[in-house]
Amino acid sequence: MSYWFDKHVKWIYPLPAVLFVALMMVFPIGYTFWLSFNEWSMSNVAPPLWVAFENYKELFADELFRQSLWTTFYFTFIAVAVQTVLGVLLALLLNAHFIGKGIVKTLFLLPMVATPVAIGLVWVLIYEPNVGVANIFLQVMGLPAQEWLASPDLVLPSLIIIDVWEWTPMIALIVLAGLVSLPKDPYEAAIVDGANRFQIFWKITLPLLQPTIYSAVLLRLIDALKTFDIIYATTQGGPGTSSQTLNIYGYVLGFQYFQLGKASALLMVFFAIVLALSILVIFLRKKVGVSI
Amino acid sequence: MIKKRMKLIFMSLAVYLILFIFIAPFLWMVLASFKTQQQILDTSNLLAITPSFSNFVNVFTQYEFMGFIGNSFLVAVASTFLGLLLGLPAAYSIAKYKQNGLGLLILVARIVPGISFLIPWFIIFSKLELIDTYTALTLSHVLVTMPFIIWVMIPFFESLPGELEESARIDGCTTTGALIRIILPISGPGIITASILAFIFSWNNFMFSLILAGENTKTLPIAIFNFLSYSEINWGGLMAASVIITLPVLIIALFMQRYIIAGMTGGAVKG
Repeated sequence: MSYWFDKHVKWIYPLPAVLFVALMMVFPIGYTFWLSFNEWSMSNVAPPLWVAFENYKELFADELFRQSLWTTFYFTFIAVAVQTVLGVLLALLLNAHFIGKGIVKTLFLLPMVATPVAIGLVWVLIYEPNVGVANIFLQVMGLPAQEWLASPDLVLPSLIIIDVWEWTPMIALIVLAGLVSLPKDPYEAAIVDGANRFQIFWKITLPLLQPTIYSAVLLRLIDALKTFDIIYATTQGGPGTSSQTLNIYGYVLGFQYFQLGKASALLMVFFAIVLALSILVIFLRKKVGVSI
Repeated sequence: MIKKRMKLIFMSLAVYLILFIFIAPFLWMVLASFKTQQQILDTSNLLAITPSFSNFVNVFTQYEFMGFIGNSFLVAVASTFLGLLLGLPAAYSIAKYKQNGLGLLILVARIVPGISFLIPWFIIFSKLELIDTYTALTLSHVLVTMPFIIWVMIPFFESLPGELEESARIDGCTTTGALIRIILPISGPGIITASILAFIFSWNNFMFSLILAGENTKTLPIAIFNFLSYSEINWGGLMAASVIITLPVLIIALFMQRYIIAGMTGGAVKG
Protein backbone atom coordinates (compact mmCIF):
# COMPACT_ATOMS: atom_id res chain seq x y z
CA MET A 1 0.00 0.00 0.00
CA SER A 2 2.59 2.52 1.06
CA TYR A 3 4.76 1.36 -1.83
CA TRP A 4 1.92 1.93 -4.25
CA PHE A 5 1.32 5.36 -2.69
CA ASP A 6 4.98 6.25 -2.96
CA LYS A 7 5.13 5.22 -6.59
CA HIS A 8 2.16 7.36 -7.59
CA VAL A 9 2.91 10.27 -5.29
CA LYS A 10 3.40 12.48 -8.32
CA TRP A 11 -0.32 12.25 -9.05
CA ILE A 12 -1.68 11.75 -5.55
CA TYR A 13 -0.19 14.96 -4.13
CA PRO A 14 -1.82 17.40 -6.55
CA LEU A 15 -5.05 15.38 -6.77
CA PRO A 16 -6.97 17.05 -3.88
CA ALA A 17 -6.08 20.52 -5.17
CA VAL A 18 -7.07 19.62 -8.73
CA LEU A 19 -10.33 18.00 -7.60
CA PHE A 20 -11.10 21.10 -5.55
CA VAL A 21 -10.52 23.42 -8.51
CA ALA A 22 -12.60 21.15 -10.73
CA LEU A 23 -15.47 21.06 -8.26
CA MET A 24 -15.43 24.70 -7.19
CA MET A 25 -14.42 26.36 -10.45
CA VAL A 26 -14.47 24.25 -13.60
CA PHE A 27 -17.86 22.65 -12.98
CA PRO A 28 -19.53 25.96 -11.98
CA ILE A 29 -18.15 27.68 -15.09
CA GLY A 30 -19.64 24.85 -17.17
CA TYR A 31 -22.90 25.45 -15.29
CA THR A 32 -22.75 29.18 -16.18
CA PHE A 33 -22.11 28.22 -19.79
CA TRP A 34 -25.17 25.94 -19.81
CA LEU A 35 -27.28 28.60 -18.07
CA SER A 36 -26.32 31.11 -20.74
CA PHE A 37 -28.46 29.13 -23.21
CA ASN A 38 -31.46 29.10 -20.89
CA GLU A 39 -34.12 31.46 -19.73
CA TRP A 40 -34.46 31.22 -15.96
CA SER A 41 -35.16 33.50 -13.04
CA MET A 42 -34.34 30.97 -10.33
CA SER A 43 -37.91 30.48 -9.20
CA ASN A 44 -38.46 26.85 -8.29
CA VAL A 45 -41.81 26.83 -10.05
CA ALA A 46 -40.60 27.23 -13.62
CA PRO A 47 -37.59 25.16 -14.67
CA PRO A 48 -34.88 26.61 -16.93
CA LEU A 49 -36.10 26.94 -20.51
CA TRP A 50 -33.70 26.22 -23.39
CA VAL A 51 -33.53 29.29 -25.65
CA ALA A 52 -30.29 28.57 -27.54
CA PHE A 53 -28.56 31.83 -28.47
CA GLU A 54 -31.39 34.18 -27.44
CA ASN A 55 -29.49 35.50 -24.41
CA TYR A 56 -26.43 36.29 -26.49
CA LYS A 57 -28.54 38.02 -29.14
CA GLU A 58 -30.29 40.02 -26.45
CA LEU A 59 -26.96 40.87 -24.87
CA PHE A 60 -25.32 42.21 -28.00
CA ALA A 61 -28.42 44.27 -28.78
CA ASP A 62 -28.26 45.73 -25.27
CA GLU A 63 -26.98 49.29 -25.18
CA LEU A 64 -25.93 48.87 -21.52
CA PHE A 65 -23.80 45.86 -22.38
CA ARG A 66 -21.85 47.77 -25.03
CA GLN A 67 -21.48 50.66 -22.64
CA SER A 68 -20.12 48.42 -19.87
CA LEU A 69 -17.71 46.81 -22.32
CA TRP A 70 -16.40 50.26 -23.23
CA THR A 71 -16.26 51.32 -19.56
CA THR A 72 -14.27 48.21 -18.66
CA PHE A 73 -11.63 48.80 -21.32
CA TYR A 74 -11.48 52.55 -20.75
CA PHE A 75 -10.97 52.07 -17.01
CA THR A 76 -8.44 49.25 -17.44
CA PHE A 77 -6.19 50.76 -20.08
CA ILE A 78 -6.03 54.32 -18.77
CA ALA A 79 -5.50 53.18 -15.17
CA VAL A 80 -2.76 50.69 -16.08
CA ALA A 81 -1.04 53.12 -18.48
CA VAL A 82 -0.89 55.87 -15.86
CA GLN A 83 0.27 53.60 -13.04
CA THR A 84 2.94 52.05 -15.25
CA VAL A 85 4.56 55.40 -16.05
CA LEU A 86 4.27 56.61 -12.46
CA GLY A 87 5.38 53.22 -11.13
CA VAL A 88 8.60 53.22 -13.16
CA LEU A 89 9.38 56.80 -12.11
CA LEU A 90 8.68 55.93 -8.48
CA ALA A 91 10.94 52.87 -8.73
CA LEU A 92 13.80 55.03 -10.07
CA LEU A 93 13.30 57.43 -7.16
CA LEU A 94 13.17 54.60 -4.60
CA ASN A 95 16.35 53.14 -6.08
CA ALA A 96 18.30 56.30 -5.17
CA HIS A 97 19.92 56.77 -1.79
CA PHE A 98 17.65 58.29 0.82
CA ILE A 99 17.11 58.16 4.55
CA GLY A 100 14.91 55.39 5.98
CA LYS A 101 14.64 53.20 2.91
CA GLY A 102 13.29 50.11 4.70
CA ILE A 103 10.37 51.77 6.44
CA VAL A 104 9.50 53.84 3.36
CA LYS A 105 9.28 50.72 1.20
CA THR A 106 7.02 49.13 3.81
CA LEU A 107 4.69 52.14 3.92
CA PHE A 108 4.31 52.04 0.14
CA LEU A 109 2.85 48.54 0.60
CA LEU A 110 -0.16 49.81 2.50
CA PRO A 111 -2.46 50.83 -0.39
CA MET A 112 -2.14 47.42 -2.03
CA VAL A 113 -2.66 45.25 1.05
CA ALA A 114 -5.37 47.28 2.78
CA THR A 115 -8.94 45.95 2.48
CA PRO A 116 -10.39 47.30 -0.80
CA VAL A 117 -13.85 47.96 0.65
CA ALA A 118 -12.36 50.07 3.46
CA ILE A 119 -10.22 51.90 0.90
CA GLY A 120 -13.29 52.52 -1.23
CA LEU A 121 -15.22 53.98 1.69
CA VAL A 122 -12.33 56.26 2.68
CA TRP A 123 -12.29 57.58 -0.88
CA VAL A 124 -16.05 58.12 -0.73
CA LEU A 125 -15.36 60.49 2.17
CA ILE A 126 -12.43 62.12 0.35
CA TYR A 127 -14.58 62.71 -2.75
CA GLU A 128 -17.64 63.84 -0.75
CA PRO A 129 -18.69 67.10 -2.48
CA ASN A 130 -19.31 69.17 0.68
CA VAL A 131 -16.97 67.86 3.34
CA GLY A 132 -14.45 65.85 1.32
CA VAL A 133 -10.80 66.82 1.31
CA ALA A 134 -10.61 66.60 -2.52
CA ASN A 135 -12.80 69.67 -2.93
CA ILE A 136 -11.17 71.48 -0.02
CA PHE A 137 -7.87 70.93 -1.84
CA LEU A 138 -9.31 72.36 -5.07
CA GLN A 139 -10.65 75.37 -3.16
CA VAL A 140 -7.23 76.09 -1.69
CA MET A 141 -5.81 75.98 -5.21
CA GLY A 142 -8.52 78.41 -6.31
CA LEU A 143 -10.30 75.86 -8.50
CA PRO A 144 -14.04 75.14 -8.61
CA ALA A 145 -15.39 72.24 -6.54
CA GLN A 146 -16.25 69.02 -8.40
CA GLU A 147 -18.90 66.35 -8.05
CA TRP A 148 -16.29 63.55 -8.38
CA LEU A 149 -18.18 60.28 -7.93
CA ALA A 150 -21.60 61.88 -8.48
CA SER A 151 -20.86 63.28 -11.94
CA PRO A 152 -21.27 60.92 -14.93
CA ASP A 153 -18.34 62.56 -16.71
CA LEU A 154 -16.01 62.58 -13.76
CA VAL A 155 -16.81 59.26 -12.10
CA LEU A 156 -14.46 57.14 -14.24
CA PRO A 157 -11.45 59.47 -13.89
CA SER A 158 -12.18 59.56 -10.14
CA LEU A 159 -12.19 55.76 -9.98
CA ILE A 160 -9.02 55.63 -12.09
CA ILE A 161 -7.32 57.92 -9.55
CA ILE A 162 -8.20 55.41 -6.80
CA ASP A 163 -6.83 52.50 -8.84
CA VAL A 164 -3.65 54.43 -9.67
CA TRP A 165 -3.20 55.29 -6.00
CA GLU A 166 -3.78 51.67 -4.99
CA TRP A 167 -1.55 49.92 -7.54
CA THR A 168 1.26 52.27 -8.58
CA PRO A 169 3.29 51.01 -5.58
CA MET A 170 2.96 47.43 -6.83
CA ILE A 171 4.49 48.31 -10.21
CA ALA A 172 7.12 50.41 -8.44
CA LEU A 173 8.12 47.54 -6.12
CA ILE A 174 8.34 45.02 -8.97
CA VAL A 175 10.42 47.41 -11.10
CA LEU A 176 12.57 48.27 -8.09
CA ALA A 177 13.35 44.58 -7.60
CA GLY A 178 14.29 44.47 -11.28
CA LEU A 179 16.50 47.56 -10.97
CA VAL A 180 18.41 46.10 -8.06
CA SER A 181 19.25 42.97 -10.03
CA LEU A 182 20.50 44.75 -13.18
CA PRO A 183 24.07 43.99 -14.28
CA LYS A 184 26.67 46.71 -13.58
CA ASP A 185 28.94 46.33 -16.64
CA PRO A 186 26.87 48.21 -19.26
CA TYR A 187 26.77 51.23 -16.95
CA GLU A 188 30.52 51.35 -16.49
CA ALA A 189 30.99 51.15 -20.25
CA ALA A 190 28.43 53.93 -20.81
CA ILE A 191 30.09 56.22 -18.28
CA VAL A 192 33.46 55.62 -19.94
CA ASP A 193 31.83 56.55 -23.25
CA GLY A 194 30.57 59.77 -21.68
CA ALA A 195 26.83 59.13 -21.89
CA ASN A 196 24.60 61.47 -19.89
CA ARG A 197 21.99 60.34 -17.39
CA PHE A 198 19.07 60.55 -19.74
CA GLN A 199 20.93 58.56 -22.41
CA ILE A 200 21.87 55.93 -19.84
CA PHE A 201 18.25 55.59 -18.73
CA TRP A 202 16.85 55.51 -22.26
CA LYS A 203 19.47 53.31 -23.89
CA ILE A 204 20.44 50.95 -21.07
CA THR A 205 18.13 50.90 -18.04
CA LEU A 206 14.82 50.88 -19.90
CA PRO A 207 15.74 48.11 -22.40
CA LEU A 208 17.17 45.96 -19.60
CA LEU A 209 14.07 46.54 -17.48
CA GLN A 210 11.68 45.85 -20.31
CA PRO A 211 10.83 42.23 -19.38
CA THR A 212 10.20 43.21 -15.76
CA ILE A 213 7.99 46.16 -16.69
CA TYR A 214 6.25 43.92 -19.15
CA SER A 215 5.26 41.30 -16.63
CA ALA A 216 4.18 43.93 -14.10
CA VAL A 217 1.92 45.55 -16.71
CA LEU A 218 0.38 42.27 -17.83
CA LEU A 219 -0.26 41.25 -14.24
CA ARG A 220 -2.00 44.56 -13.64
CA LEU A 221 -3.99 44.42 -16.89
CA ILE A 222 -5.57 41.12 -15.93
CA ASP A 223 -6.42 42.30 -12.42
CA ALA A 224 -7.64 45.76 -13.45
CA LEU A 225 -10.03 44.18 -15.94
CA LYS A 226 -11.66 42.37 -13.01
CA THR A 227 -11.90 45.33 -10.61
CA PHE A 228 -15.02 44.87 -8.50
CA ASP A 229 -14.59 45.79 -4.84
CA ILE A 230 -13.55 49.41 -5.29
CA ILE A 231 -16.24 50.20 -7.86
CA TYR A 232 -18.98 48.40 -5.97
CA ALA A 233 -18.03 50.02 -2.66
CA THR A 234 -17.83 53.56 -4.07
CA THR A 235 -20.46 53.88 -6.79
CA GLN A 236 -22.08 50.45 -7.37
CA GLY A 237 -21.81 51.33 -11.06
CA GLY A 238 -23.44 54.76 -10.74
CA PRO A 239 -24.37 57.50 -11.11
CA GLY A 240 -26.92 55.85 -13.35
CA THR A 241 -24.80 53.32 -15.20
CA SER A 242 -21.80 55.52 -15.91
CA SER A 243 -19.26 53.45 -13.98
CA GLN A 244 -20.82 50.07 -14.69
CA THR A 245 -18.09 47.68 -15.81
CA LEU A 246 -18.77 44.15 -17.12
CA ASN A 247 -18.10 42.81 -13.64
CA ILE A 248 -20.66 45.12 -12.03
CA TYR A 249 -23.25 44.73 -14.80
CA GLY A 250 -22.99 40.95 -14.51
CA TYR A 251 -23.55 41.19 -10.77
CA VAL A 252 -26.51 43.54 -11.19
CA LEU A 253 -28.16 41.37 -13.87
CA GLY A 254 -27.63 38.19 -11.88
CA PHE A 255 -28.23 39.20 -8.30
CA GLN A 256 -30.47 42.25 -8.51
CA TYR A 257 -32.66 41.51 -11.56
CA PHE A 258 -32.23 37.71 -11.37
CA GLN A 259 -32.00 37.50 -15.17
CA LEU A 260 -29.79 34.46 -14.77
CA GLY A 261 -29.67 33.49 -18.44
CA LYS A 262 -28.67 36.89 -19.73
CA ALA A 263 -26.29 37.42 -16.81
CA SER A 264 -24.64 34.06 -17.58
CA ALA A 265 -24.23 35.01 -21.23
CA LEU A 266 -22.54 38.25 -20.16
CA LEU A 267 -20.30 36.41 -17.72
CA MET A 268 -19.23 33.95 -20.41
CA VAL A 269 -18.27 36.84 -22.70
CA PHE A 270 -16.36 38.44 -19.83
CA PHE A 271 -14.71 35.10 -19.03
CA ALA A 272 -13.68 34.73 -22.68
CA ILE A 273 -12.15 38.22 -22.75
CA VAL A 274 -10.11 37.64 -19.59
CA LEU A 275 -9.02 34.21 -20.79
CA ALA A 276 -8.04 35.50 -24.23
CA LEU A 277 -5.97 38.26 -22.67
CA SER A 278 -4.36 35.75 -20.29
CA ILE A 279 -3.46 33.36 -23.11
CA LEU A 280 -1.92 36.32 -24.92
CA VAL A 281 0.01 37.10 -21.74
CA ILE A 282 1.30 33.56 -21.41
CA PHE A 283 2.24 33.49 -25.10
CA LEU A 284 4.02 36.87 -24.98
CA ARG A 285 5.66 35.93 -21.71
CA LYS A 286 7.32 32.97 -23.36
CA LYS A 287 8.41 35.21 -26.20
CA VAL A 288 10.12 37.78 -24.00
CA GLY A 289 11.25 35.09 -21.59
CA VAL A 290 9.82 36.34 -18.32
CA SER A 291 7.72 34.59 -15.74
CA ILE A 292 4.78 35.96 -13.85
CA MET B 1 30.96 66.15 0.27
CA ILE B 2 28.43 68.88 0.97
CA LYS B 3 26.99 68.41 -2.46
CA LYS B 4 26.53 64.72 -1.79
CA ARG B 5 24.74 65.43 1.49
CA MET B 6 22.51 68.01 -0.18
CA LYS B 7 21.58 65.44 -2.76
CA LEU B 8 20.74 62.87 -0.09
CA ILE B 9 18.51 65.35 1.73
CA PHE B 10 16.83 66.46 -1.48
CA MET B 11 16.16 62.85 -2.52
CA SER B 12 14.78 61.97 0.90
CA LEU B 13 12.44 64.96 0.84
CA ALA B 14 11.18 64.03 -2.63
CA VAL B 15 10.53 60.45 -1.51
CA TYR B 16 8.72 61.58 1.66
CA LEU B 17 6.56 64.01 -0.28
CA ILE B 18 5.40 61.26 -2.62
CA LEU B 19 5.03 58.83 0.27
CA PHE B 20 2.78 61.37 1.95
CA ILE B 21 0.39 61.32 -1.02
CA PHE B 22 0.11 57.54 -0.76
CA ILE B 23 -0.34 57.55 3.01
CA ALA B 24 -2.66 60.59 3.21
CA PRO B 25 -5.92 58.63 2.74
CA PHE B 26 -4.97 56.44 5.70
CA LEU B 27 -4.16 59.48 7.81
CA TRP B 28 -7.48 61.01 6.78
CA MET B 29 -9.26 57.81 7.77
CA VAL B 30 -7.62 57.73 11.21
CA LEU B 31 -8.23 61.45 11.77
CA ALA B 32 -11.92 61.16 10.85
CA SER B 33 -12.36 58.09 13.03
CA PHE B 34 -11.60 60.24 16.09
CA LYS B 35 -13.87 63.12 15.06
CA THR B 36 -17.50 63.67 15.92
CA GLN B 37 -20.00 63.87 13.07
CA GLN B 38 -20.20 67.61 13.69
CA GLN B 39 -16.44 68.03 13.37
CA ILE B 40 -16.40 66.05 10.13
CA LEU B 41 -19.16 68.20 8.64
CA ASP B 42 -17.40 71.41 9.65
CA THR B 43 -14.76 72.00 6.99
CA SER B 44 -13.56 75.35 8.34
CA ASN B 45 -11.13 73.65 10.69
CA LEU B 46 -9.92 70.29 9.37
CA LEU B 47 -7.69 69.47 12.28
CA ALA B 48 -10.21 70.23 15.00
CA ILE B 49 -10.59 67.08 17.01
CA THR B 50 -11.41 66.47 20.60
CA PRO B 51 -9.84 63.02 20.57
CA SER B 52 -12.55 60.61 21.52
CA PHE B 53 -12.97 56.90 21.14
CA SER B 54 -16.74 57.19 20.95
CA ASN B 55 -16.83 56.09 17.30
CA PHE B 56 -14.90 52.97 18.15
CA VAL B 57 -17.04 52.29 21.20
CA ASN B 58 -20.18 52.73 19.08
CA VAL B 59 -18.94 50.39 16.42
CA PHE B 60 -18.59 47.66 19.00
CA THR B 61 -21.68 48.38 21.11
CA GLN B 62 -24.25 49.49 18.50
CA TYR B 63 -23.12 47.47 15.51
CA GLU B 64 -21.73 44.42 17.29
CA PHE B 65 -18.48 44.43 15.37
CA MET B 66 -16.90 41.82 17.60
CA GLY B 67 -19.02 39.17 15.89
CA PHE B 68 -17.98 40.31 12.40
CA ILE B 69 -14.32 40.36 13.40
CA GLY B 70 -14.76 36.83 14.71
CA ASN B 71 -16.41 35.71 11.45
CA SER B 72 -13.69 37.23 9.29
CA PHE B 73 -10.94 35.78 11.46
CA LEU B 74 -12.51 32.32 11.55
CA VAL B 75 -13.03 32.17 7.78
CA ALA B 76 -9.56 33.56 7.01
CA VAL B 77 -7.83 31.10 9.35
CA ALA B 78 -9.89 28.12 8.18
CA SER B 79 -9.44 28.90 4.48
CA THR B 80 -5.72 29.50 4.93
CA PHE B 81 -5.38 26.19 6.77
CA LEU B 82 -7.38 24.30 4.14
CA GLY B 83 -5.44 26.07 1.41
CA LEU B 84 -2.18 24.87 2.96
CA LEU B 85 -3.50 21.34 3.34
CA LEU B 86 -4.46 21.15 -0.35
CA GLY B 87 -1.77 23.46 -1.68
CA LEU B 88 1.46 22.30 -0.02
CA PRO B 89 1.53 18.75 -1.43
CA ALA B 90 0.41 20.07 -4.83
CA ALA B 91 3.11 22.75 -4.89
CA TYR B 92 5.75 20.24 -3.78
CA SER B 93 4.76 17.81 -6.49
CA ILE B 94 4.68 20.52 -9.19
CA ALA B 95 8.12 21.77 -8.11
CA LYS B 96 9.71 18.34 -7.77
CA TYR B 97 8.34 16.64 -10.86
CA LYS B 98 8.24 19.82 -13.00
CA GLN B 99 4.51 19.45 -13.68
CA ASN B 100 4.24 22.72 -15.57
CA GLY B 101 0.84 21.89 -17.00
CA LEU B 102 -0.60 21.53 -13.52
CA GLY B 103 1.10 24.75 -12.51
CA LEU B 104 -0.64 26.45 -15.39
CA LEU B 105 -4.02 25.09 -14.23
CA ILE B 106 -3.47 26.71 -10.85
CA LEU B 107 -2.47 29.95 -12.56
CA VAL B 108 -5.74 29.84 -14.46
CA ALA B 109 -7.58 29.51 -11.14
CA ARG B 110 -5.95 32.78 -10.11
CA ILE B 111 -6.80 34.51 -13.42
CA VAL B 112 -10.45 33.51 -14.00
CA PRO B 113 -12.83 36.27 -12.86
CA GLY B 114 -14.57 35.11 -9.68
CA ILE B 115 -17.90 36.44 -10.85
CA SER B 116 -18.08 33.92 -13.72
CA PHE B 117 -18.98 31.15 -11.29
CA LEU B 118 -20.86 33.21 -8.72
CA ILE B 119 -24.35 32.39 -10.04
CA PRO B 120 -23.85 28.60 -9.95
CA TRP B 121 -22.32 28.90 -6.49
CA PHE B 122 -25.37 30.75 -5.27
CA ILE B 123 -27.70 28.15 -6.81
CA ILE B 124 -25.71 25.14 -5.60
CA PHE B 125 -25.08 26.46 -2.09
CA SER B 126 -28.78 27.45 -1.83
CA LYS B 127 -29.87 23.93 -2.79
CA LEU B 128 -27.45 22.43 -0.26
CA GLU B 129 -28.77 24.94 2.31
CA LEU B 130 -25.25 26.17 2.91
CA ILE B 131 -25.88 29.90 2.38
CA ASP B 132 -24.94 31.77 5.54
CA THR B 133 -22.72 28.97 6.85
CA TYR B 134 -19.00 29.00 7.61
CA THR B 135 -18.63 25.92 5.40
CA ALA B 136 -19.68 27.69 2.20
CA LEU B 137 -17.70 30.84 3.01
CA THR B 138 -14.55 28.92 3.87
CA LEU B 139 -14.77 26.74 0.77
CA SER B 140 -15.21 29.80 -1.44
CA HIS B 141 -12.26 31.55 0.17
CA VAL B 142 -10.05 28.49 -0.35
CA LEU B 143 -10.37 29.20 -4.06
CA VAL B 144 -8.58 32.47 -3.27
CA THR B 145 -6.04 31.19 -0.74
CA MET B 146 -4.95 27.94 -2.39
CA PRO B 147 -3.66 29.28 -5.74
CA PHE B 148 -1.68 31.92 -3.86
CA ILE B 149 -0.16 29.36 -1.54
CA ILE B 150 0.77 27.12 -4.46
CA TRP B 151 2.31 30.01 -6.41
CA VAL B 152 4.40 31.22 -3.51
CA MET B 153 5.51 27.68 -2.63
CA ILE B 154 6.49 26.37 -6.08
CA PRO B 155 9.59 28.61 -6.45
CA PHE B 156 10.35 28.09 -2.78
CA PHE B 157 10.38 24.29 -3.08
CA GLU B 158 12.36 24.56 -6.31
CA SER B 159 15.09 26.50 -4.50
CA LEU B 160 15.60 23.75 -1.89
CA PRO B 161 18.62 21.52 -2.58
CA GLY B 162 17.60 18.11 -3.90
CA GLU B 163 20.16 16.28 -1.73
CA LEU B 164 18.03 16.93 1.34
CA GLU B 165 15.31 14.63 0.16
CA GLU B 166 17.74 12.11 -1.30
CA SER B 167 19.54 11.64 1.99
CA ALA B 168 16.20 11.21 3.74
CA ARG B 169 15.31 8.54 1.22
CA ILE B 170 18.59 6.74 1.84
CA ASP B 171 17.76 6.75 5.54
CA GLY B 172 14.58 4.86 4.66
CA CYS B 173 12.00 7.64 4.48
CA THR B 174 9.13 7.42 2.00
CA THR B 175 8.44 10.48 -0.17
CA THR B 176 5.69 11.50 2.22
CA GLY B 177 7.94 10.86 5.20
CA ALA B 178 10.64 13.05 3.68
CA LEU B 179 8.11 15.79 2.96
CA ILE B 180 6.71 15.80 6.47
CA ARG B 181 9.96 15.26 8.40
CA ILE B 182 12.50 17.14 6.29
CA ILE B 183 10.99 19.44 3.68
CA LEU B 184 8.11 21.08 5.58
CA PRO B 185 10.11 21.86 8.75
CA ILE B 186 12.79 23.73 6.78
CA SER B 187 10.15 25.48 4.66
CA GLY B 188 8.96 27.64 7.56
CA PRO B 189 9.72 31.02 5.95
CA GLY B 190 8.00 30.04 2.70
CA ILE B 191 4.95 28.66 4.48
CA ILE B 192 4.73 31.80 6.62
CA THR B 193 4.85 34.06 3.56
CA ALA B 194 2.21 31.98 1.80
CA SER B 195 -0.03 31.87 4.88
CA ILE B 196 0.18 35.60 5.51
CA LEU B 197 -0.73 36.42 1.94
CA ALA B 198 -3.54 33.87 1.96
CA PHE B 199 -4.86 35.28 5.24
CA ILE B 200 -4.80 38.86 3.90
CA PHE B 201 -6.57 37.91 0.68
CA SER B 202 -9.28 36.04 2.55
CA TRP B 203 -9.62 38.86 5.11
CA ASN B 204 -10.01 41.39 2.27
CA ASN B 205 -12.40 39.28 0.18
CA PHE B 206 -15.65 41.02 -0.59
CA MET B 207 -17.28 39.46 -3.65
CA PHE B 208 -17.63 35.87 -2.45
CA SER B 209 -18.81 36.90 1.00
CA LEU B 210 -21.30 39.30 -0.56
CA ILE B 211 -23.39 36.45 -1.93
CA LEU B 212 -22.57 33.57 0.44
CA ALA B 213 -22.58 35.28 3.85
CA GLY B 214 -25.77 36.00 5.76
CA GLU B 215 -26.74 37.52 9.09
CA ASN B 216 -24.85 34.89 11.10
CA THR B 217 -21.66 34.75 9.09
CA LYS B 218 -21.30 38.33 7.85
CA THR B 219 -17.62 39.17 7.47
CA LEU B 220 -16.09 42.60 8.13
CA PRO B 221 -16.04 43.95 4.55
CA ILE B 222 -19.76 43.19 4.18
CA ALA B 223 -20.59 44.62 7.60
CA ILE B 224 -18.70 47.84 6.85
CA PHE B 225 -20.36 48.19 3.50
CA ASN B 226 -23.76 48.03 5.16
CA PHE B 227 -22.87 51.22 7.02
CA LEU B 228 -23.47 53.09 3.78
CA SER B 229 -27.11 52.13 3.53
CA TYR B 230 -28.17 54.23 6.51
CA SER B 231 -29.94 57.42 5.50
CA GLU B 232 -27.39 59.81 6.92
CA ILE B 233 -23.90 58.39 6.70
CA ASN B 234 -22.24 58.06 10.07
CA TRP B 235 -18.82 59.08 8.80
CA GLY B 236 -17.00 58.75 12.11
CA GLY B 237 -18.35 55.26 12.64
CA LEU B 238 -17.58 54.30 9.06
CA MET B 239 -13.99 55.46 9.38
CA ALA B 240 -13.60 53.78 12.78
CA ALA B 241 -14.82 50.55 11.18
CA SER B 242 -12.37 51.05 8.31
CA VAL B 243 -9.54 51.53 10.78
CA ILE B 244 -10.53 48.33 12.56
CA ILE B 245 -10.59 46.28 9.36
CA THR B 246 -7.31 47.63 7.96
CA LEU B 247 -5.38 47.59 11.23
CA PRO B 248 -4.54 43.86 11.31
CA VAL B 249 -3.38 43.95 7.69
CA LEU B 250 -1.28 47.06 8.28
CA ILE B 251 0.37 45.52 11.33
CA ILE B 252 1.14 42.34 9.39
CA ALA B 253 2.55 44.42 6.51
CA LEU B 254 4.79 46.44 8.83
CA PHE B 255 6.34 43.38 10.42
CA MET B 256 6.45 41.07 7.42
CA GLN B 257 7.40 43.64 4.78
CA ARG B 258 10.12 41.56 3.16
CA TYR B 259 7.95 38.46 2.87
CA ILE B 260 4.95 40.34 1.52
CA ILE B 261 6.91 42.10 -1.20
CA ALA B 262 8.43 38.76 -2.17
CA GLY B 263 5.03 37.07 -2.25
CA MET B 264 3.03 39.77 -4.00
CA THR B 265 5.59 40.38 -6.71
CA GLY B 266 6.84 36.79 -6.73
CA GLY B 267 8.26 35.50 -9.99
CA ALA B 268 7.70 38.77 -11.84
CA VAL B 269 11.39 39.67 -11.77
CA LYS B 270 12.93 36.32 -12.52
CA GLY B 271 13.41 37.04 -16.21
